[in-house]
Amino acid sequence: MKILTMKEAIARHVHDGDSVAIEGFTAFICSAAAHEIIRQRRCDLTLCRMTPDLVYDQMIAAGCASKLVFSYAGNPGVGPLHCIRRAVEKDDPHPLEIEEYSHYGMICRYIAGSSGLPFYPLRSYLGSDLPRVNPRIRFVDNPYGDDRIAVVPPLNPDVAIIHAQRADGNGNTQMWGFRGVQKEAAFAAKTVIVVVEEIVDEAVIRSDPNLTIIPELIVDAVVLQPYGAHPSYVQGYYDRDNKFYLAWDRISRDPEKVGAWLDEWVHATVDWEHYVDKLQKEEPAIWERLAPGENLSEPLNYGRYAAQEVNHD
Amino acid sequence: MTDYTPSEFMIAQSARALAGERIVFVGVGLPNIACNLAKRTVAPDLELVYESGVFGARPERLPLSIGDPTLVSGAKSVCSSAELFSLYLQAGRIEVAFLGAAQIDKFGNLNTTVIGDYAKPKVRLPGSGGACEIATHAQKVFMIARLSKRTFVETLDFYTSPGHLNGREGERAALGIPGSGPQLIVTDMALFGFERESREMILTVLRPGVTVKDVQDQISWPVRVAPDIRDADPPTAEELRLIREELDPDGMYSK
Repeated sequence: MKILTMKEAIARHVHDGDSVAIEGFTAFICSAAAHEIIRQRRCDLTLCRMTPDLVYDQMIAAGCASKLVFSYAGNPGVGPLHCIRRAVEKDDPHPLEIEEYSHYGMICRYIAGSSGLPFYPLRSYLGSDLPRVNPRIRFVDNPYGDDRIAVVPPLNPDVAIIHAQRADGNGNTQMWGFRGVQKEAAFAAKTVIVVVEEIVDEAVIRSDPNLTIIPELIVDAVVLQPYGAHPSYVQGYYDRDNKFYLAWDRISRDPEKVGAWLDEWVHATVDWEHYVDKLQKEEPAIWERLAPGENLSEPLNYGRYAAQEVNHD
Repeated sequence: MTDYTPSEFMIAQSARALAGERIVFVGVGLPNIACNLAKRTVAPDLELVYESGVFGARPERLPLSIGDPTLVSGAKSVCSSAELFSLYLQAGRIEVAFLGAAQIDKFGNLNTTVIGDYAKPKVRLPGSGGACEIATHAQKVFMIARLSKRTFVETLDFYTSPGHLNGREGERAALGIPGSGPQLIVTDMALFGFERESREMILTVLRPGVTVKDVQDQISWPVRVAPDIRDADPPTAEELRLIREELDPDGMYSK
């Protein structure tokens, strides 16, 4: 069994100077892990993620990161990420190095990293200034034709943190909904922490093995953390808390408000359970408000297979 | 005649432009409402593809972002980001895609990266996201933007995503860019196509009540005007009813 608390998992597996990927395409964004990294005052991290989102805005404001590797830095559906903007535009609170790709460029970096390739080709960046400002995006001759094609190098984060609906205690992790680039990010990383809404028996996992996107083979720690992706969402478990996305747009415009928010909601909370309690005290019906209705999939039959006669002729 | 907002004008015009299309790559906000309006009017067989990894979405509510869970529930297929970008987009299966940008030049090239110098930007914008690949691979690109001199600029501060590049014939193909590039820009005041010879933006349709001069005043270069320029047909009562009662009842995007 690999079950740890979030405190133990971060203390054991995330070190100053590491490259860290907390992935999730607008869904399954593990704020619980981000907050614990801030709480334990990790610094000098290289943060990798297609869509940095609120969690990296908060980590960068808290001084955890020296570099950002990304493809789209926005508050999804709301506007800009103000802390990242301040860091890039004004070196406030400190300079932030950036290494920038397009979405498919980031995906291809994870694919190369996860499958042991020295680079991965994609048809992109033609007529774009991105290769000019990021020399790691290069063009090579097509060995089978006359054209040239863009390539990107592998991305192998020291740590990937992946949030999902459920896993067993050994880390066989099942996810439904927008799976984003989590599988590739996990297989590319040296260390994998999975964070789940529920820990289930291995029998549950084995009942629908197509749902398992991350096998125990690559998992180092399993953390049980209900509501750990708030204010983002977990398909079928809770909805996005759009009120907070809108609130962050206001808070994050002012560095003092950001500091006060981090003090109150991260440093002054002991752990994520404490954060969830605090949310519930402010809004007792929060989880009712965010509870999705029921929409069950049809059960399916994987079959049971009896031994067959083997013909040795 | 019923009153309508500039956003409702943009939604209705964008929806009509989807007549006969089948596979559309949708963005959040106005394009999302336009695509859902098209599905209920001119393009009932339209399949909605979202960057987050959905084919054949059937959203029950107005999505809060392109990754909204309502896009998963009831969709025909949900896939990973790698599959979406390789098997759907790079393979050329997207017929039309909607894009917006902070800066657009006369050839429909797009900047969503920085205002000012890249190393020391005045404004750091979100970046490419999928736009560079969408602009490369969608068979056609439609743009939605509000007309202003700040957006429609002579020279981009940064070339994030390719339009018609420098406007030279065969330039996209010579570089190996498969899609045919920008075909239409829908703004709050007018519609633009791209002239066949110059591949430059050309004013083709005016919102009723708007003049060519009004439009020129919001564009940083002398804009080409189509000889057969005409006034748009305003949004119909039925289009407005669908927008106001079904697609955006709170007026989040269309007010």
